[in-house]
Amino acid sequence: MKTDRRRFLKVAGISALAFASGMAQLAGEAHAQVAPGKYLPREGSLTAKRWAMVIDTRRFASQEDYAPCIEACNRAHNIPDIPGDKNVKWTWTDSFDRVFPDDMNNHLNTAVRSKPYLLLCNHCTNPPCVRVCPTQATYKMEDGIVAMDYHRCIGCRFCMAGCPYGARSFNFVDPRNYLPDNPPNPAFPTRMIGVVEKCNFCVERLNEGKLPACVVASNGKILFGDLEDPNSTVRQALANNFSIRRKPSLGTQPGVYYLI
Amino acid sequence: MYNAKAVIIGMVIFVAVFSSPFWLGWIGQDYTKTGVVLPQNEKTCIEDTEFMRAQHMRLLNEWRDKALREENRVYVSALNGRKWNISLQNTCTSSGCHSNYTEFCEKCHVANSVYPYCWTCHIIPTEGK
Repeated sequence: MKTDRRRFLKVAGISALAFASGMAQLAGEAHAQVAPGKYLPREGSLTAKRWAMVIDTRRFASQEDYAPCIEACNRAHNIPDIPGDKNVKWTWTDSFDRVFPDDMNNHLNTAVRSKPYLLLCNHCTNPPCVRVCPTQATYKMEDGIVAMDYHRCIGCRFCMAGCPYGARSFNFVDPRNYLPDNPPNPAFPTRMIGVVEKCNFCVERLNEGKLPACVVASNGKILFGDLEDPNSTVRQALANNFSIRRKPSLGTQPGVYYLI
Repeated sequence: MYNAKAVIIGMVIFVAVFSSPFWLGWIGQDYTKTGVVLPQNEKTCIEDTEFMRAQHMRLLNEWRDKALREENRVYVSALNGRKWNISLQNTCTSSGCHSNYTEFCEKCHVANSVYPYCWTCHIIPTEGK
């Protein structure tokens, strides 16, 4: 068969198009769903446009007042207590100077300055940890919760460097070595050595229609609700009281508010 | 042929040994017989057995992403329309289903020489960590 240049280019062009479209179809199929069934949101779960927490620090006088909240969190999420500098924390307390380092007032009243304050992941609107995570193991959900997928965490600790609040802990040792044989909450997984973990705003409890463990344990001293809903408890509390957030100058827009 | 008797016997033995994986496979046991103990209370899994046998790991991967990232924590079975809460720990290995790790998961995984590390984090509720 005699082939001139024009005919050859036509055939080559059509072949390339056919090959490319076939490849595109394969790429589409790679994202197709594996399971033949359907996926639905859970009925009865608590939902919000933007979850937020308000901690009424006026009603917490000392470390003992925070202890039940921290204990409830540790039990709900099987968080071990590891002695030394390798401990894992989701909620903890620290002094005013370290919680609100932007506050330059040297003459703040002693009661406010000397009290401890509850700390946890701030579930920022602009979370630096999410930006730096190379595997998208940590990600922001539509309801504002900054969540972790431990399956995907490679333990690089970029997120710990990125977080300006020190809210993340690395598992330097197997946390199971410091948990009892029957962990406090058999419905929640533990973590493994080499992953980073942090507070998840009790997303697993919200899905069951329950408020976060620390909120329940606080007896109304910690509020939790939808920041986008003007009638929610958190919005009402913020409207009627003076509140501050941690390190506002960084622009991360934390979702945890402190009534002072 | 020089020394024909010994050479032919040797060749027959060589062919028999060389092809042994094939004919031993025919007379040996079927590889699917791993002796897994199926749950007593439920008649079917969330999807049909063939699908679960072949795809359960990919299904679990998909479940994880749907539940954690998209907040879709209910799976509606295509088999019978039954709704299941998406949870390896609280649905799959709950007391009514695959609660016996050593007789179900491990039997098959060991037979197939796969060692998934689900249980470094997930807890089988009936067995502890």
